[in-house]
Formats: sequence, C-alpha cells, structure tokens
Amino acid sequence: MTEPSRQTRSVVKERDLSHPPEKVWRALTQKHLIEEWLMQNDFRPTVGHRFDLEAEWGRVTCEVVAVEPPRKLAYTWQAHGLDSVVTWTLSETPTGTRLRMEQTGFGADQEKAYRGATSGWNRFLDRFETVVADMD
Amino acid sequence: MILQPHDVIFKSLCDPTRRAIFERLCREGEQTVADLTGHAGISQPAVSKHLGILRGAGLVDGRHEGRQTHYSAQTAALAPLLDWTRRMSGFWDEKLDDLENLLGKMDQ
Repeated sequence: MTEPSRQTRSVVKERDLSHPPEKVWRALTQKHLIEEWLMQNDFRPTVGHRFDLEAEWGRVTCEVVAVEPPRKLAYTWQAHGLDSVVTWTLSETPTGTRLRMEQTGFGADQEKAYRGATSGWNRFLDRFETVVADMD
Repeated sequence: MILQPHDVIFKSLCDPTRRAIFERLCREGEQTVADLTGHAGISQPAVSKHLGILRGAGLVDGRHEGRQTHYSAQTAALAPLLDWTRRMSGFWDEKLDDLENLLGKMDQ
C-alpha cells in the first residue's frame, strides 16, 4: 500500500498551442488578458503577491509562488475550503508551445476524512473557518 | 454560490466544538450524549444542540436503543467534497478552450 499521507490528488491538463511561449506567457500573466479567459482578477507576476479571482460561483484566493518567464508560473488556489496549487509549465515546441497545467490539492486528506480517519482532519477542517468567513 | 450542500457542511463543521464532536464520532464510533459530554467540556444540552446541527447537515445520525440515543458519524455526507478532481478537470477544460480562443485573437 502506498503511504496516503504523502499522496495528493492532481488535475493535469496539457495542450499543444500554435503560439510562441512568450505570447502564451502574456495571456497567463497580464491582468486584462487573464480576465478574458479565466476570471476577474488583480494579478501581478510577483512572487508573494496575493490576489483574488472572482467568478460567478465565488472567490478564489491565490498567492503567487513561482514566476520564471516564460517557462513556469505557479500560484496557490484556495476556494471552498480546498487549498491547492496551480502550476503552469510552458515548453517550446517546433509548432509553438506545450502548455501544462497541474493543480495539486488535498485529495488524500479528504479521502482520509471520508474514511473517518483523524490524521489530516484538523489541517483540512481548519481551512473551513476561513472559507466560511468569506462566504456570507 | 451554487454549492449549497458544501455550505451546509462547511458551516456545521466550522465551529470547533462541533468539529471535535464529529471527529470523536469518526474516531470512536457510536457514542451517547453522555459519552460525548464527558469529553466536550460543555453541558449536555449544549452537546445535544451541536448534535442537532450536525444531524441537520447529514453528518451525524442517531439510533434509539431504549432510552438512549447512540450517535454515529455519517462520513458519506462528506462525499460532495470528494468530487473535487472531477469538478476541477471540467473547469480547466473550459478555461483552456477560452485561453486558446484568446490566443487566436491576440497579436503576436
């Protein structure tokens, strides 16, 4: 059996884009462009910058954790009590850019909670308080 | 907000005392109000009130046996929180479509 405490669930998306990395990077990091495809935001490509994304279903609270133009961008993603990290990786290809998005969250903790185990519970549930405070 | 079932679960578990009661039920299995009161550090009526809220959220169920009610954690009620991966996957598919459309419209 694998060690559950070290597992997190991920969502991974890869796309081959017929645009150069520099251009894709702009779409990922410029406020007015992010707004066009993702959500309303107050993004700045600076490590440590905290920003919010506003969607019709609620707010996502983020903090920039990596900025390496035009190769890697990462930010934390906190919404509905689920704390995760979104990492964008851009690699140049002969036809443009391979864009990879990986979102890693606390899936393993939630599964443990589901089974009624207690390890990981507190860390996971403590986040509820923050979320609930933001909900009303 | 479209995630009402989540809201109810979040709200019922955001109180530390209720969370402690729920965690104890997860850990120890079935408990009576008296069992729970011994550990909660609050009065029996207060524990009952918390159990009522947890029951309302579907997180706790009560089984009557004689004059006692045995409470148990309903971890299945947490299921709405578990489809996170599936929901985020759909979300990103849609957003990446929008990103591709945007790139097509942008200047080099």
